[in-house]
Amino acid sequence: MGLLSKKDAQLITDPLADNNPITIQVLGICSALAITAELKASLVMAISVLFVLGLGNVVISLMRNIIPSKIRIIVQLIVVAALVIIVDLVLKAFAYELSKTLSVFVGLIITNCIIMGRFEAFALGNGPWKSFLDGIGNAVGYGVILIIVGFFRELFGSGTLFGIPVLGDPIAKTGLYAIGYENNGFMIMPPMALIVVGIIIWIQRTKNKALIED
Amino acid sequence: MGLKSNLHNLKEKYKGTKMAPAFNAIHTFLYLPNETTHNGTHIKAADDLKRTMNTVIMAMVPCLIFGMFNAGYQHNVAFGTGSVISGGLFSAEFWSLDNLLIGAWKILPILVVSYGVGLLIEFIFAVIKKHEVEEGYLVTGMLVPLIVPVDIPLWMLAVAVAFGVVIGKEVFGGTGMNILNPALTIRAFLFFAYPTWMSGDKVWVEGAVKQDQLIAAGENLDAISGETILGSLAQNKEAGYDVMDMFFGFIPGSVGETSTLLILLGGLFLIFTKIGSWRIMLSSVIGALVMGLIFNGVVSSGWITESSKFYGLMSTEFWHHLLIGGFAFGTVFMATDPVTASQTNKGKWIYGFLIGFISILIRVFNPAYPEGVMLAILLMNVFAPTIDHYVVQGNVKQRMKRLKAKTA
Repeated sequence: MGLLSKKDAQLITDPLADNNPITIQVLGICSALAITAELKASLVMAISVLFVLGLGNVVISLMRNIIPSKIRIIVQLIVVAALVIIVDLVLKAFAYELSKTLSVFVGLIITNCIIMGRFEAFALGNGPWKSFLDGIGNAVGYGVILIIVGFFRELFGSGTLFGIPVLGDPIAKTGLYAIGYENNGFMIMPPMALIVVGIIIWIQRTKNKALIED
Repeated sequence: MGLKSNLHNLKEKYKGTKMAPAFNAIHTFLYLPNETTHNGTHIKAADDLKRTMNTVIMAMVPCLIFGMFNAGYQHNVAFGTGSVISGGLFSAEFWSLDNLLIGAWKILPILVVSYGVGLLIEFIFAVIKKHEVEEGYLVTGMLVPLIVPVDIPLWMLAVAVAFGVVIGKEVFGGTGMNILNPALTIRAFLFFAYPTWMSGDKVWVEGAVKQDQLIAAGENLDAISGETILGSLAQNKEAGYDVMDMFFGFIPGSVGETSTLLILLGGLFLIFTKIGSWRIMLSSVIGALVMGLIFNGVVSSGWITESSKFYGLMSTEFWHHLLIGGFAFGTVFMATDPVTASQTNKGKWIYGFLIGFISILIRVFNPAYPEGVMLAILLMNVFAPTIDHYVVQGNVKQRMKRLKAKTA
């Protein structure tokens, strides 16, 4: 990589796999379970978190030397809240239906542990460029899992991807439905998201034994 | 060279390789192993895991055969090709070859799919994890056909079995490590994933769903309805079966759960062979009766009126709850699963009582889940280790107190 030094590149690639915020640090599970019934919602959530975490990390990093450590949590909250409100308003303006699906969970990005965690653990001690890369890396790591979970849940739960039917029409009985296939209603329910996340964790740890803790 | 020595040779040949557990399992499943230990002290007992499993299977075989007759009988009655029983338990209308054939034609494939998929997964995991194939699935594979509707599509069953065995058992480390009863995990998966195939008034009668599809396609046929008793009661309708029908099992329901009589015999067999815990069975019956009495009391003291949507199930006589639905089957064959139940004797009483109590509670208050037994047992499976923990701690505390009193 010409653009990034090896260390910088690691900031992005680490959270994608071996230090993934969801599957390894087990943060941000709440939203991963709640909004992944549709791929579209997962994608929007992933992009929203990407925006908030990337920008938030930079802002906190720039302010890191002037924030009194006693009130740093409040300052962090204000930064996230401001960014989340921007996301919320943009969604309401340009994708109203989707913002209704995501409902309270956009607002709850404020309390997403990944964001506060990165602010605390990284942005407060590193420069803006590195913080930006770290934010992007973690948000993408979070988003990738969201999209994988959303893909399987929407495909098997509703037979669609991004709302487009891919397995045929369940009412007119075309495609797979003609031979007796039916959508799996369990996939739509949040418990199944937990199980899908669990399976991802299982596969990841089987491939990389170093991740297994006793 | 018989099959036994052939298998033994294969086992020797593949010793230490990946496939060893697979040959080992086939060998020990069919024959006594050739190996004997030569040193050390051994306790000799006849009740190994295989014997335990086989005893439970034997206790369930009558239910399975009865289920086949019943499936055919319900089909013939609903389609008007057979008449309703007239002469008690040994009616010729019920025990006919025609009924058996119709039932066997539907239920044997379910049995084959259940065992085939489940054992295949057990084999795969044994090979990957390099341990021996465990006998745990033998009972689960038999339980599954008994707790599903006769018209369940086979591919759904296969998906559910795969889910139940992998997520319900293998992720926890295989037989003996599971928290939830695998057979109930399979049923719960089916119930939540494909609710239209697990409830309603069609699936319990062989062919009724197909009839519905033909009607939808424009054919001039009568719709078939085979509502279960719980389903009728949940809608405040008369069930239309008398108590003896319920006790003998001439009613619609999942394949093996209808005959309380045969389940009772199976239960006595399990108690007699000391494989099933009588404490759990008895206490869950008590729990169900107590809850039933409470609801009867609510009705007779006039707190709810006939217009209430709970009236039908609340006013059901308290002991009828033992005869309808899957309560008897769940109590005898599922709640007593030694892996997922409480281990301490006091814990078993609490565990069983709560299963009975919660079963009837769910039955009455949530008509969307007419069968509360499944959810009650799964719930108590989760709490079983907690109950055991407090029973043991309670005992420790008591002994400490006694010790203190003695030394002081």
